[in-house]
Amino acid sequence: METKKKKSLASRIPGKVWLVISIAALLVVWYLLSIIPQTARGFPNLVLTVQGLLKMIERGVFWQDISSSLISVFGGYALGFIIALPVAILMAWYVPVRNILNPWIQFVRNIPPLAYVPLIVIVAGVGRRPQIIVITIACFLTMCVTIYQGVVNVDETLIKAARVLGASDKDIFIRVIAPATLPFILTAVRLGASVALTTLIAAESTGAIAGLGMRIRALNQTYDSAPMLAYVIVIGLIGVALDNIIKLLERKLTGWQEKREI
Amino acid sequence: MAGETRDLKLKIDNVRKVFNTRNGEMIALNGVNLDIYENEFICVVGPSGCGKSTLLNIIAGLTEATSGTVYCNGKAVTGTGTDRGVVFQQYALFPWLTVKKNVMFALEMRGIKGKQAEEDAMKYLAKVQLEKFADHYPKELSGGMKQRVAIARAYAADPEVLLMDEPFGALDAQTRTQLQSELLDTWEKDRKTCFFITHDVDEAIILAQRVIIMSARPGRIKDIVDIDIPYPRTQETKMSPRFLELKNHIWSQVYQEYLEVRK
Repeated sequence: METKKKKSLASRIPGKVWLVISIAALLVVWYLLSIIPQTARGFPNLVLTVQGLLKMIERGVFWQDISSSLISVFGGYALGFIIALPVAILMAWYVPVRNILNPWIQFVRNIPPLAYVPLIVIVAGVGRRPQIIVITIACFLTMCVTIYQGVVNVDETLIKAARVLGASDKDIFIRVIAPATLPFILTAVRLGASVALTTLIAAESTGAIAGLGMRIRALNQTYDSAPMLAYVIVIGLIGVALDNIIKLLERKLTGWQEKREI
Repeated sequence: MAGETRDLKLKIDNVRKVFNTRNGEMIALNGVNLDIYENEFICVVGPSGCGKSTLLNIIAGLTEATSGTVYCNGKAVTGTGTDRGVVFQQYALFPWLTVKKNVMFALEMRGIKGKQAEEDAMKYLAKVQLEKFADHYPKELSGGMKQRVAIARAYAADPEVLLMDEPFGALDAQTRTQLQSELLDTWEKDRKTCFFITHDVDEAIILAQRVIIMSARPGRIKDIVDIDIPYPRTQETKMSPRFLELKNHIWSQVYQEYLEVRK
């Protein structure tokens, strides 16, 4: 009885209130981590962390870091998408392309980017270029697999239905395959954003002179945990912001779907 | 029957279809011959896997026959054509288009664009009593409503022959009966040549002028039964002695084929 009652109360609380509760609980956990001796060094409290962030802003590096990281992330992300879209479509349509490329993708996908970063630096040198290359590779792999699944899974009956209504191949591509694949493309775009961010640290280990990931590694030399934690949180916030923007896009563009992906 | 002409609409000439499967060749259809006349309502019944849907796909031009030919208006069928419309069991509505836009898709493929397409779409939706749902997406509709939209879309393509592949198979009994009545009303008005596949013997008798019974694999035509019950037919027709007699006759033949499949 008791649990039933609790459940009904929980389901009556709106999602936004739950988010507030979740954030409040996180702050409590954070505070506890900051006072427990074993964890305190790595988790300075909220005030110290904000001060750490302000210190970085004063030093003039924070905006430089964030803009440098965003340029790499968006550059690699965009390039990854631009390459992934046609490759995925070619893989879905042409068996030889699929049979040759798919094993490569599956192989490289399981290698942590950090492992091949030095090789890319040897080839591409240091600076912006290797950063973008690393993120491009990671984004391409994830997005290509997802979009490929989408193109392959287009409901055959819809194509048949269009054909019997007199649709040409071009009509079918533009008016059936493209919209039917759109949900997968948007999922790919969302997964790609997450991959771009998680690859940032690896990308910026290529001798970057600025960047959120590079700065965290640099601060590690001095065990300056407050700005480090602040930077980690900033990366997380960028991720959440990107995710929400893309979700909004998904709702706008693919609200017609029967099943919603989470 | 008044208004019925004997113009040959579809000719299925010695159609054979063999599929290559992992376990070797599978003969889906073997020497199927059938003449379908203009304005005729034909129902095909048979056990699952007897090749009914394959036959429909060949007529539609979605599948190629291994040998033999289908003629539509005397011309050999080599691919899909707007003279043959198809209604699928799974509705096959475009989920990203509203009900109205789904119907407009068919019109636009005929070259009718813009305002005219919109107006025409509403007319076709009115025929299936779904004008009010014009701006809804398919996911917001029940199965019966989705199939009505699919029928409206098929009509909007203005085909000469309507091919229906178990269109009511996924619907509950009540909705199914209702859609049968609606289809009968429409057909009695326009007498569009109809090739309708079902596994429901009652449905076949209530709708068709001729019921084609297909044998178990490899699919052949086992028998053709003339349904001599005059139109208009209603659901009460299903209680009439003649209906029950025909049902008995057809069902016993279909049942034999079911047993054949189980062997």
